[in-house]
Amino acid sequence: MSTNTDFLLAIEDLTVSFDGFKAVDSLTMYIDKNELRVIIGPNGAGKTTLLDLICGKTKASGGSIQFKNQEITKLVEHQITRVGIGRKFQTPSIYENLTVYQNLEVSYSEGRSVLGSLFFKSTPKLEALIEEVASDIQLTELLDTEAGVLSHGQKQWLEIGMLLMQEPELLMLDEPVAGMSAKERDETAELLNRLCKNRSVIVIEHDMEFVKKIARKVTVLHQGKILAEGAMEKVQADEKVIEVYLGH
Amino acid sequence: MMNFFIERFLGGKQGAVAIGILALLILVIFPLALDLFRLNLVGKYLTFAFAAVGLVLLWGYGGILSLGQGVFFGLGGYAMAMFLKLEASDPESTAIQTTPGIPDFMDWNQLYELPWFWVPFESFTFTLLAILVLPALFAYIIGVAMFKRRVGGVYFAIITQVIAVILTVLIVGQQGFTGGINGITDLRTLNGWDIRTDSAKYILYFINALLLLAVIMISRFVLTSKFGRLLLAMKDKEDRVRFSGYDVSNFKIFIFCLSAVISAIGGAMFTLQVGFMSPSLLGVVPSIEMVIFAAVGGRMSLIGVVYGTLLINFGKTGFSETFPELWLFFMGGLFIAVVMFFPNGLAGIYNKYVSKLAFLQRYLPAIKLPKSKADTQSNASSSASTSDNAAEGAKS
Repeated sequence: MSTNTDFLLAIEDLTVSFDGFKAVDSLTMYIDKNELRVIIGPNGAGKTTLLDLICGKTKASGGSIQFKNQEITKLVEHQITRVGIGRKFQTPSIYENLTVYQNLEVSYSEGRSVLGSLFFKSTPKLEALIEEVASDIQLTELLDTEAGVLSHGQKQWLEIGMLLMQEPELLMLDEPVAGMSAKERDETAELLNRLCKNRSVIVIEHDMEFVKKIARKVTVLHQGKILAEGAMEKVQADEKVIEVYLGH
Repeated sequence: MMNFFIERFLGGKQGAVAIGILALLILVIFPLALDLFRLNLVGKYLTFAFAAVGLVLLWGYGGILSLGQGVFFGLGGYAMAMFLKLEASDPESTAIQTTPGIPDFMDWNQLYELPWFWVPFESFTFTLLAILVLPALFAYIIGVAMFKRRVGGVYFAIITQVIAVILTVLIVGQQGFTGGINGITDLRTLNGWDIRTDSAKYILYFINALLLLAVIMISRFVLTSKFGRLLLAMKDKEDRVRFSGYDVSNFKIFIFCLSAVISAIGGAMFTLQVGFMSPSLLGVVPSIEMVIFAAVGGRMSLIGVVYGTLLINFGKTGFSETFPELWLFFMGGLFIAVVMFFPNGLAGIYNKYVSKLAFLQRYLPAIKLPKSKADTQSNASSSASTSDNAAEGAKS
């Protein structure tokens, strides 16, 4: 067990089993500060489960997850968010009834208690942050539009923007370009490359073209275990990886 | 400062006009147009409107359907009734009882002293506090038990309904302590002030109306805060709110407690104006009726539900005099029709048709411009009908 490390996220010996089936099996993995890590793997490899474990949606059966040397397996969802981990879901999860502006405002990291939200007042700092995030996700023109009428790609971006409002140190994105057009994919790749300048990002993705655009280091999962890890070229050349995944 | 008040407590200019019209109706027009008997009836209806306003917060915005709001209405009503009953049971007027000085129904049930939980209700201050704190506390306990375990939706509705049944059975069964099925009757004075006189009825009506307007304004403040937007967000994507760093259960518990307190104020005012409190006002049927008031008025509209409550109750009084056996079927049918065809109730109909007509008339000479605007509006509403609800609700 590591004690004090420089890693932002240290996952060690992590296991979760559902009725005996080990979706994640003694997995050990480290994420550096300001790293962009892509996780790939065939269906059922345990990619989404891994994110669920980190963000607290699923409780681990064993092992440890340390974020900035703090054990987080015992924390509940909102506490994990508050230590600085943001998670985007596979299908865009935004508030359709609220405007883009309100979606971003609600995701801001202040006024999170009952009383705090009742007496919450917008500040210049918040306004500036919303402006900045909105321009990052290219929704400045649509701030007063109800989020329900956005296109699929715009919804995906809005959810990324909502995560940015939380100012997380670790951002986890589950298939961020699913259902996007080619142009939107390119723009999302650019956005992610910009985002990881001052925070760490974990991306789960199936689209290999997209992965090539953003990946520096790739982790391949298979049956809940790490099959290979390293630079994109190295992983692509790995025979085991070709056999279970890339070859198809 | 004035702007802040209009925006946050009245709901902007449109909201201010709406609440102004409501105030005009219940504070001026009704008292002038109706005789005291009818006005007292309206006052009774308006006490149910408290529960409906509470349901706008809880159900309309929070998406949490409670079929037990009658419980809190009853708690408030019983707290007030206990105080009034103790005052009406002074040793002189109960001299013929075996034990003078205790409520008559206790004497009939062979109780020889006042039960311990009745004793604090001799104090008016305690009673006023109890009307607010008891329902909040009870809702808090239910809320913690349910929402911390992430019980919601239909399960929550059923459990609240069961609580309404349990409380009714408890009150009916414990006749000596509660007055049983007859409830607490024969209430006379409030701190020596006879509440049965004409002038008292007028004064109580106005206090009730003003309290209702105040409750609407406080609710508006809650809904126009970040809390209000979070309620809508939670109703839509609860997990997203949780993973944005909010303890969702605390927000649900708070809104449940607030709706309980609002409902209880209505119950206390009911007791004062009608002069009794009984289990028939807090069981399953009244609880569901409160949901119907909110549904018909428009569950996203704090003001719409007041009209909904008045309309249904006028209908109930008028209709049940002529066709007593048909009334329940009619109300059931109305509820189904509203839910199926007008999910936003009266307020939704108003926003969709009436306000648009007025808008067109104002621009009648230049009909082309508003027409195109109306088109885009209807497009937007058809493509995102749920989002339309929210916007309309916030305005009305």
